Amino acid sequence: MKVLVPVKRVLDYNVKPRVKADGTGVDLANVKMSMNPFDEIAIEEAVRLKEKGAATEVVVVTIGVAKAETDVLLTARAMGADRGILIQTDDEIEPLAVAKLLAKVAEEEQPGLIILGKQAIDDDSNQTGQMLAALLGWPQGTFASKVELGGQGVQVTREVDGGLETVDLKLPAIVTTDLRLNEPRYATLPNIMKAKSKPVAKKTVADYGVDVTPRLKTLKVVEPAKRSAGIKVGSVDELVEKLKGLGVAK
Amino acid sequence: MKTLVWVEHDNQSLKDATLAVVTAAAKVGEVHLLVAGKGVDGVASQAAAIEGVGKVHVADDAAYEHFLAENVAPLIVSLMGSHDAVLFPATTTGKNIAPRVAAALDVMQISDILSVEGADTFTRPIYAGNAIATVQTSDKKLVITVRGTAFAKAAATGGSGTVEAVSGEGDKGLSTFAGAEIAKSERPELTSAKVIVSGGRALGSQEQFHALIDPLADKLGAAVGASRAAVDAGYAPNDYQVGQTGKIVAPEVYVAIGISGAIQHLAGMKDSKTIIAINKDEDAPIFQVADIGLVGDLFKIVPELTEKL
Repeated sequence: MKVLVPVKRVLDYNVKPRVKADGTGVDLANVKMSMNPFDEIAIEEAVRLKEKGAATEVVVVTIGVAKAETDVLLTARAMGADRGILIQTDDEIEPLAVAKLLAKVAEEEQPGLIILGKQAIDDDSNQTGQMLAALLGWPQGTFASKVELGGQGVQVTREVDGGLETVDLKLPAIVTTDLRLNEPRYATLPNIMKAKSKPVAKKTVADYGVDVTPRLKTLKVVEPAKRSAGIKVGSVDELVEKLKGLGVAK
Repeated sequence: MKTLVWVEHDNQSLKDATLAVVTAAAKVGEVHLLVAGKGVDGVASQAAAIEGVGKVHVADDAAYEHFLAENVAPLIVSLMGSHDAVLFPATTTGKNIAPRVAAALDVMQISDILSVEGADTFTRPIYAGNAIATVQTSDKKLVITVRGTAFAKAAATGGSGTVEAVSGEGDKGLSTFAGAEIAKSERPELTSAKVIVSGGRALGSQEQFHALIDPLADKLGAAVGASRAAVDAGYAPNDYQVGQTGKIVAPEVYVAIGISGAIQHLAGMKDSKTIIAINKDEDAPIFQVADIGLVGDLFKIVPELTEKL
């Protein structure tokens, strides 16, 4: 069975985002970009399925600027993905359009399982996996903390409010990863060197005949309201007084 | 404009998360509710009693008992013929179903809204809450998830909605519910608690987490939360996690104990009314957002604080 893993190049999670002074967005010039952390978990899971013999091939796909090839597709291949697909565009593509493009890729590649991150840490949408499942008419196992393949199905343990929930899905299926699914491996230098010889197919958005016109218009982006500076107290007694003042302690 | 609100419940009782969504929906238009589940008569009557509610659509079918997105989404899509917008709480249930509905309707979902600026304009957080975007949609139908802590709760009583049975396509046969493991807690629910006591990696172990955090929370009648580091280290279960990837909370008082204040954690709690931080590192980023800070050893401070309350 082939596993398809869509990944996204985003502002590195350690970098504090700065809102542009003109309110048009977040400043991404000259800042470190990396693979979305949830997508690393998705690659790791796919590679583990391959190592267990449950998957035959891991294909990684990304939609974005040319630099995504070196920033994320290389990392993914160094982690163990067999080949990459870069759908190049300089425009920002919304989750609905991403899902439509991925649905076309899925038709071509015929994977048995598609593993995505549960959300990208830039737009925080948490939509693409579910949308892709809807477009393909496949079942979805979102926020997965455990994935087990067996027979004609996949069993997914999901992190839900209040605890965990387990669902059985028919294959082909969509899984989106939560943080506790696994600990992604590091791409070692020898593997990065080897990854360079693994193929990457270069496509453009136009190749897929999908309308990617944005449906949402960003009118402005602002910084959240700043909290006013607080005080430090010197002792537990003072803290107790403050808590009484707030009405939470008697 | 007619809106449909997904009612969050456990087949027995309506969850508080619904009430904030009703407030948001009322800013968009006329409020109708959808109660989908199994044996939900009780939930339907609770839903009809919410102030300002019009029609309550009730879909009672075993296929909807566990809110599987594959079964529920087509039901909602069929109701969208007579509604202009559908709103969900940004809970794991809402986040699971809403995008499936949006894609089926060929519209872009607007996730986790903080405010309604107009019939087609909303604000929402991006980059872990480090920026707030104002977005305007050009879609004909709206699919929205609502951040519960950003809207006041509608009154749970005083309404006189009319209950109407609806039916969908039932079980699509794509997925089955296999079981659940729900953490039991006597304490208030994290997302609706007025006071939260939250522990981080500095607690050192699961035993110390419970020995220090639990008694303080009990004294304050608080819910217990945790940072990702504490959850990953196994000190607390994952549904305690507050942050970008866990729960978003905004209580009256948030007490952060042994939490450094990474941006991913702040994204989940920085709208709390008063933030209190106890940490031995006076340069910890948590002190930049804390209203009241106490620098010192939590293993001394927390027992003393619990004692003196």
